[in-house]
Amino acid sequence: MQVTMTVNGATVSQDVEPRTLLVQFLRENLSLTGTHVGCDTSSCGACTIVVNGESVKSCTLLAVQCDGAEITTIEGLASNGTLHPLQEGFREKHGLQCGYCTPGMIMSSWQLLQRNPKPSEQEIRHALEGNFCRCTGYDNIVKAVQWAADQSA
Amino acid sequence: MGKYIGQAIKRVEDQRFITGKGTYTDDIVLHRMTHAYILRSQLAHARIKSIDTSAAKAAPGVVAVFTGADVQEVNGVPCGWQVNFKSGETMREPKHPLLVHDKVRHVGDSVAVVIAETKAQARDAADLIEVDYEELPVVVESVDALKPGAAKVHDELPDNLVFDWELGDASAADEGLAKAAHVTSMKIRNQRLVPNPIEPRSYIGDYDASRDNYTLYTSSQNPHVIRLLMCAFVLGIPEHKVRVVAKDVGGGFGSKIYHYTEEALVTWASKQIGRPIKWTSERSEAFVTDAHGRDHHTTAQMGFDADGKLTALKVHTDANIGAYLSTFSTAVPTYLYGTLLQGQYTTPAVYVSVNAVFTNTTAVDAYRGAGRPEATYLLERLMDTAAAEMGMDPAELRMKNFIPAFDGVDQPGYQTQVALQYDSGNYEAAMRKALDIIGYDELRKEQEEARKQGRYIGIGFSSYIEACGIAPSAVVGSLGARAGLFESANVRVQPTGMVSVYTGSHSHGQGHDTTFAQVVADHLGIDMSNVEIIHGDTEQVPFGMGTYGSRSLAVGGSAIVGALEKVKEKGAKVAAHLLEASEQDLEFADGSWTVKGTDKSISFGEVALASYVPHNFPEGLEPGIEFNSFYDPANFTYPFGTYIAVVEVDPETGKTTIKRFVAVDDVGNIVNPMIVEGQIHGGLAQGIGQALLEGAVYDESGQLTTGTFLDYAMPRADDLISFEVDGNVTPCPHNPLGAKGAGEAGCIGSTPAIVNAVVDALRPLGVSDLAMPLTPQKVWAAINSAS
Repeated sequence: MQVTMTVNGATVSQDVEPRTLLVQFLRENLSLTGTHVGCDTSSCGACTIVVNGESVKSCTLLAVQCDGAEITTIEGLASNGTLHPLQEGFREKHGLQCGYCTPGMIMSSWQLLQRNPKPSEQEIRHALEGNFCRCTGYDNIVKAVQWAADQSA
Repeated sequence: MGKYIGQAIKRVEDQRFITGKGTYTDDIVLHRMTHAYILRSQLAHARIKSIDTSAAKAAPGVVAVFTGADVQEVNGVPCGWQVNFKSGETMREPKHPLLVHDKVRHVGDSVAVVIAETKAQARDAADLIEVDYEELPVVVESVDALKPGAAKVHDELPDNLVFDWELGDASAADEGLAKAAHVTSMKIRNQRLVPNPIEPRSYIGDYDASRDNYTLYTSSQNPHVIRLLMCAFVLGIPEHKVRVVAKDVGGGFGSKIYHYTEEALVTWASKQIGRPIKWTSERSEAFVTDAHGRDHHTTAQMGFDADGKLTALKVHTDANIGAYLSTFSTAVPTYLYGTLLQGQYTTPAVYVSVNAVFTNTTAVDAYRGAGRPEATYLLERLMDTAAAEMGMDPAELRMKNFIPAFDGVDQPGYQTQVALQYDSGNYEAAMRKALDIIGYDELRKEQEEARKQGRYIGIGFSSYIEACGIAPSAVVGSLGARAGLFESANVRVQPTGMVSVYTGSHSHGQGHDTTFAQVVADHLGIDMSNVEIIHGDTEQVPFGMGTYGSRSLAVGGSAIVGALEKVKEKGAKVAAHLLEASEQDLEFADGSWTVKGTDKSISFGEVALASYVPHNFPEGLEPGIEFNSFYDPANFTYPFGTYIAVVEVDPETGKTTIKRFVAVDDVGNIVNPMIVEGQIHGGLAQGIGQALLEGAVYDESGQLTTGTFLDYAMPRADDLISFEVDGNVTPCPHNPLGAKGAGEAGCIGSTPAIVNAVVDALRPLGVSDLAMPLTPQKVWAAINSAS
């Protein structure tokens, strides 16, 4: 099936098998390998991206369901070479170790800050409960999101 | 020293990870690459009567299908550590084949591999393979597998015992218990865990017929070890014909140390089909094929005199090893466990016996801490239980029994009753600091007050010690290790004075690009941005034993320092020549050699350039500056600390809420405190996960009933709190950095602190013990059955 969408500002159009997951489409068809796969039950959040302004787990959508959609992945978060405050925050507060969950974690945090620009620690922890990190114990991830929130103050 | 060591420098590797530019194995795409799907057993124990692959071979896109019959002549994956029976009988080591031929021995065992143009085609075709099984009786628990008449996992063996093993003086321990005024006896279960790094394992095998060379891309913690094991033991390929590459790896926690069958399978099969083959584990596969951790059944007696001084410890453990021997599996319940049963205490007699047992379950091997969490959990549960039984304060009981402080320089190391000699320690100082931070006396009063209001607050202690910096090769060799555990480094000074460092350590989250660069920059007095750390490629790095056992800085970092010393030694010769001075008159500081007492100096960069443009060079000295160093540690390192957990348990629901967690660690000298703290945080989360949430559960038929993230609970952000992390510094006396290692501490120390806190909370309700994980259901049931 033909599918057309805007990914990180560029229009892409490809012929895909109907069963192709959105995450496969991004990784395999578009070579956008910053979005990761960590499970097969929509539990880990490593594949989180933004579709039409909402963060979603890209393993739970078929590529064909996203025909006409506007998509942002980790590769498209920085603008004109300037990192997003969340990207800076994760570095500044040591919010990542192996880096595998990081893109999904950042995209989920992006959604949180859209909805709640000044989240409390508990609100951050609650908002990120769909994303596993096995390295950091989440302590510095919380601080990274707070740091990013403080930048827009 | 210098301006970098000791500083919380932001990580240089982060740029690629925060922009989605990391290169994990599954991100790699090779020309003409095919995809493998492995058909796995859904039965725990069954004889394979027949396999029909004809339909699969004819399916769209299929390139090849292989079964056990095709790899019968290929060796299995080896075990890296031989632990023999007490009697001297050789460890039982049945073949772990790349694909099984005769029977399956656990759910997830590899039955066939389908290789196709796409992964979907491979998976579709695997569905067409018909396997006729004869189901066999199943053993899941080590204690059941030891019973007479239990089903045998390996038909050719007399029973399910891998080996039995002992350490320490049994009669001294018996005497110590006999004369004790109080003996605390416990049955302790250290449950099975699934490591679950978020990146699933992924491999690409690529055989190049034109050069008769192989490349394996792998999500491994130790690419050289994989090359060694795969070449020498499995495939019989000379290792100079094999390149193993482990670029970015998404967490390991031990589970990516081992040489897995799939690595050898894609490498072997790539030659058969003449094309690259990628295999990436699905999470549901990872649950049944990544080596698991822990799984001990233990009984222990700890004796005390009337004054609360330890008299003896006697331990027996049945360790479930799974269906096959994974790479380090045999060392974990023995030399990484029994040797740590001295803990931080002066116990005059310690004895431990261990049975390692085959079962129809996934292989069990090292998981963050590896043996040391099991030892610490045992000791620290015993200490808190004994304190309660004797009516003593648990902190006071520990202080009464701590080994007195020793620095390993002016005071000798501490010789334990279980083979090790601790390098340096100051256990009481860590405890006192933790008590200060938590405000202990006040906290006990609050606990009393809360109890009066019907609120159940608990305070739990854990004073851990671990053996890291693995390991002195001669020592581990005498204990059965089939490899040396040194580390190597190559320091290549470029003509411009830039420095490339090739390390055998492997970073999969530990931040070596930053920490090692800090060490190099300070030793050479140059800017950190002039240093590049390269790892994870056997074609670039001279040799390496990889990263596990919190060894990277203590062993890998020491190898780098060794090479840097050689660099400076040669640099001094060049500098002396150019300054027309004698070497003895030079001093090296801030990146320059200076003639003492003068302003005549030459910079590191100038010496580097002169070494590659040797127009004016010392006679007889080779041009260039590049040195290798191999570092074999003189001893293990022994980080330690005290943790205190404060929890509140809701007696109505059984739910535990962590109120505070104080961690005081002493990991020796610290290069980057930000990274060390991050390592502690992550360890704490995993240890707390074991205490409260995680547990792999097999049913009687050998099905893993916790085989997805929906059933196996790992800590999420809202399960945890912000930790209060602090520390002391007792340097390691035997390595040049004075570093001990920080990767596993949090995971080793935190589990018993949490369980002790929950039991402490519930003691007024009659609860004296609980088995992990402390789920609300289990805690609620314990409260109700006690009252």
